[in-house]
Amino acid sequence: MSKRLPTHGRLIDRSKRIGFTFNGKPLAGHPGDTLASALLANDQMMVGRSFKYHRPRGVVASGAEEPNALVNMGQGAQFEPNQRATTTELFDGLVSRSQNHWPSLEFDLGGINKHLSRFLPAGFYYKMFMYPRAFWKHVYEPFIRQSAGLGQAPRDRDGDTYEHFNTFTEVLVIGGGVAGLQAARTAAQSGARVLVMEQTADWGGRAPVDGGTVDGAPVERFIEQTLAELQAMDNVTLRSRCMGAGVYDHGYVLGYERLTDHLPMAEGPRHRLWRVRAKQVITATGAIERPLSFAGNDVPGVMLAAAMRDYVVNYGVAPGQRIVIATNNDDAYRTAICLKEAGLDVLRILDARNSGGGTLMNRARALGIRIDCGRAIAKVGGGKRVKKVQICAQDGVGGALEEIACDAVAMSGGWSPVVHLWSHCGGKLIWDADQAHFRPDPDRPPTGADGAGFVTVAGSANGELSLDAALKDATEAGKSAAVAAGFKPRRGKAPNATATPEAALEPVWLMPREAHVGLRSKSWLDFQNDVKVSDVQLAAREGFESVEHTKRYTTLGMATDQGKLSNINGLAILSDALGQPIPATGTTTFRPPYTPISMGAIGGEARGDVFQPIRRTPMYDWHAAHGADWEPVGQWRRPYAYVQSGETVHDAVMREVTNTRQNLGLLDASTLGKLIVKGPDAGRFLDMLYTNMMSTLKPGRCRYGLMCSENGFLIDDGVVARIDDDTFLCHTTTGGAEHIHAHMEEWLQTEWWDWQVYVANATEQYAQIAVVGPNARKVLEKLGGMDISRDTLPFMAWADGQIGGFDCRVYRISFSGELSYEIAVPASQGLAFWTALHAAGQEFGVMPYGTECLHILRAEKGFIMIGDETDGTVIPQDLGLDWAISKKKDDYLGKRAQARSHMTDPTRWKLVGLQTEDGSVLPDGAYAVAEGRNANGQRNTQGRVTSTYHSPTLGKGIAMGLVLDGPDRMGEVLEFPDTEGKSHSAKIVDPVFFDKDGEKQNV
Amino acid sequence: MLTLQCPYCGVAADETELSAGGEAHLKRFGPGSSEEEFHDYLFTRENPRGVHFERWRHSHGCGKWFHAARDTQTLEVFGTYKAQTTEPPKDIRDAITAKRPGWTWRDVA
Repeated sequence: MSKRLPTHGRLIDRSKRIGFTFNGKPLAGHPGDTLASALLANDQMMVGRSFKYHRPRGVVASGAEEPNALVNMGQGAQFEPNQRATTTELFDGLVSRSQNHWPSLEFDLGGINKHLSRFLPAGFYYKMFMYPRAFWKHVYEPFIRQSAGLGQAPRDRDGDTYEHFNTFTEVLVIGGGVAGLQAARTAAQSGARVLVMEQTADWGGRAPVDGGTVDGAPVERFIEQTLAELQAMDNVTLRSRCMGAGVYDHGYVLGYERLTDHLPMAEGPRHRLWRVRAKQVITATGAIERPLSFAGNDVPGVMLAAAMRDYVVNYGVAPGQRIVIATNNDDAYRTAICLKEAGLDVLRILDARNSGGGTLMNRARALGIRIDCGRAIAKVGGGKRVKKVQICAQDGVGGALEEIACDAVAMSGGWSPVVHLWSHCGGKLIWDADQAHFRPDPDRPPTGADGAGFVTVAGSANGELSLDAALKDATEAGKSAAVAAGFKPRRGKAPNATATPEAALEPVWLMPREAHVGLRSKSWLDFQNDVKVSDVQLAAREGFESVEHTKRYTTLGMATDQGKLSNINGLAILSDALGQPIPATGTTTFRPPYTPISMGAIGGEARGDVFQPIRRTPMYDWHAAHGADWEPVGQWRRPYAYVQSGETVHDAVMREVTNTRQNLGLLDASTLGKLIVKGPDAGRFLDMLYTNMMSTLKPGRCRYGLMCSENGFLIDDGVVARIDDDTFLCHTTTGGAEHIHAHMEEWLQTEWWDWQVYVANATEQYAQIAVVGPNARKVLEKLGGMDISRDTLPFMAWADGQIGGFDCRVYRISFSGELSYEIAVPASQGLAFWTALHAAGQEFGVMPYGTECLHILRAEKGFIMIGDETDGTVIPQDLGLDWAISKKKDDYLGKRAQARSHMTDPTRWKLVGLQTEDGSVLPDGAYAVAEGRNANGQRNTQGRVTSTYHSPTLGKGIAMGLVLDGPDRMGEVLEFPDTEGKSHSAKIVDPVFFDKDGEKQNV
Repeated sequence: MLTLQCPYCGVAADETELSAGGEAHLKRFGPGSSEEEFHDYLFTRENPRGVHFERWRHSHGCGKWFHAARDTQTLEVFGTYKAQTTEPPKDIRDAITAKRPGWTWRDVA
């Protein structure tokens, strides 16, 4: 059993007890504990179940590499799944629950999967769920949904806040172990600004656990002194609980600081995302111990050897009482010595090397520990916790020689440098055969804007695993980073550390070497995703030879731990199966973040009201006070309709249409884009941008224009007014103002830079109001101030003047088919003018109308709407707009494209009106079906609905659509099946449903 | 995330301030051009692993379009220059030659 020791525990405060719960059970720990150490102290060895087979799993590691101990944390608005118990600091009142089981952790029905494991091989999703097709909806999909995912999704809105922090530094050191601290000090002594990030709450990394002396004093003293020195330097910033999450282009680095995870009642943001630009980055990220692959290496109680001594030294927790250790290197002997000195029984050390280890082995033997060389674990016995191990020869197939009863197993397969941050932005690796790991290749670093490397690696992250070598390496790294950042390092030597000589490691990728299939199919590589040695071997046999393919086929390394424990072991097994050396197989790609970071931190402050700006017209508050039902249009909010009491939104829209047709409507059109194009070449420029001729437009007149991309497709439309010889005002769609402005700038700056034209976006400078309906002229004449009569201001003319005392520009244009004036006033006058119009219009039956009414009015008239009739694949010719395309111009954007064969294809679908036989409304986006089926077995199509409404003016449904040979098929009836299985019949008609001759707008 | 120096306002701009605009130095073909010329102008783009010329806009800054010469593999930036040119200027080409002797890009060298 695992329990708290009476001694040890350098990080915990035994004088205080704090309470927490696991699966509802009240437990106690000490300040300084992690959730994992506190669970182990309470003999909670099993902490969850695995993803695929639901096997019992326990804590296997002590840090960020932990694959098993993931829990649901917190409640309500603080709930979060998949929290790593090994990196969760214990606090009073912590609530945790285990994951991935039903109905309970102890008794789990999904555990039956483990008995089916031979039917759930690698790639089983691809193999099993293909046929029969009909099984998908009712059998396979529910099964996959039931079993998919770790933890639970939160139900409540995240109750915490998060923030982003931008900063610059000359040297960024990631990792606050001895190498990171030494590198930081060396770099800081040059005068460079240094930022140090350490992912845990404590400085010094593994060194205090592993021991050793520096300059004659214990390594703890070195850590204290170095830290004190750094804290005293003005040019150094130290951040603990801050993980270097990712290294990106040109020295951009993300840091993930956990501010209040350990202080849940504290004020302020929970996480802070550091967005750092660093001239130089030093990664001192340490190394991670590899598991050994033997049968039952996933049973709770089997733990990494170094993690086991972490729990003893740091937390005073014994992961077991009678322990067997399996190793292929000398480092595991440190664990043996540590356990023995803590009073625990180390029953046996199984050293896979025939010749055993060096000095450390002799020290262990001197303590009375029995050491068997050339021996391996054949199998671990026990279900929910370790009960026994079978011992066999490492060189063999696994015939058991002996069985030992025990309650914990420590394993060490050697150490792999944490090369993630080095690799994120392209740093390359070399295979170090002596230490059997990949380490950074100093000749191929990630490069910055100047072409030189910007990342240096220090200490065990660089493959320098001993204390003395790590400190020397870190000193060099600190100096070279300072030089590269433009500083002159101080002369000085690396501190002198003691080095215990170690015997060579012997790579062991499978234990025993020739393990039979029964053992291989119980030897786990990836604990979290349940990938075994046999799965990787199967993938290789089935032809998945690339490491990236094997990864995806078996899901090796694809879990939330991203294969921190499994990757090297997995690719060694793959290499062996393929009969090639490990460097020939290579690694999968390392991608940020190093460990998962919260979505909240990524979003930062950008949530709720500040997620994106909302643009409001000057009349926004009036609309809100008059029942506006808002519609987002780009970043604008426009009234969809003004709902009166007792009305539905639909009722309101119908009322607004009828009133505008019969009396008087007011529309807030301020959101329409208003671009001023000015200069001697303005006319020539607009001739290139619009399909029709703008240079011939007379001052005082307006013209409707179409704008196409160079690909020929329609991108925007609107009315252009010529202000004077050199000046045009181009109206764009509401959503188009910014990108059409950018489109104009792009062509002016990059193609016609010698043309004398300026473009300014004046959209927000004006409030614009459409005064629409048979009484439009009456209300303006009542307010008075300028002549807006038919003769003075005819259709498609504009004039400056005053109405009701407001300076204004009046455009006689219509998007409704009614007598209509669009009147622009300075934005500051918008609300006052709107209010004046509304008051004066009372006797004429004035009502404001919203965007849906606008849509119906234009559809009744057969006017197209960008985004409804167009979708990026439609050209003006499809919409019957040939009249707006100049035949006289040599060139305009899109002209050449519109001459391409596909654009001139007579079978392109063309715009028509559609009218249901029974007056109902056609479903939006519905397709008209044709005879036969296509190669995929789908019904052939011959058209689709682009706009569809109920027209209160006509008392029936009206629609527009694009139809094959449509204009030549007037009167034909098409069938439009909907998604509910019903079909709608509609007749092809003229798209202009109302007042085809335009008599109403020309009065 | 790249940083590029805007040749107009001089700011070393973060990529979040910029908009990418694809390949630089395309020659526009309009009416009268052959199908092949127009097709290549619209669709055919270089995709080199190495030296490349790109269009960028300092869209959240001064608003100007400019060009950047950089290595797509190593992320090295050889230089940025104003967009009002039909080919890379000599100082940019020289800077590339100094770092990548023998480089070519389309018909530029």
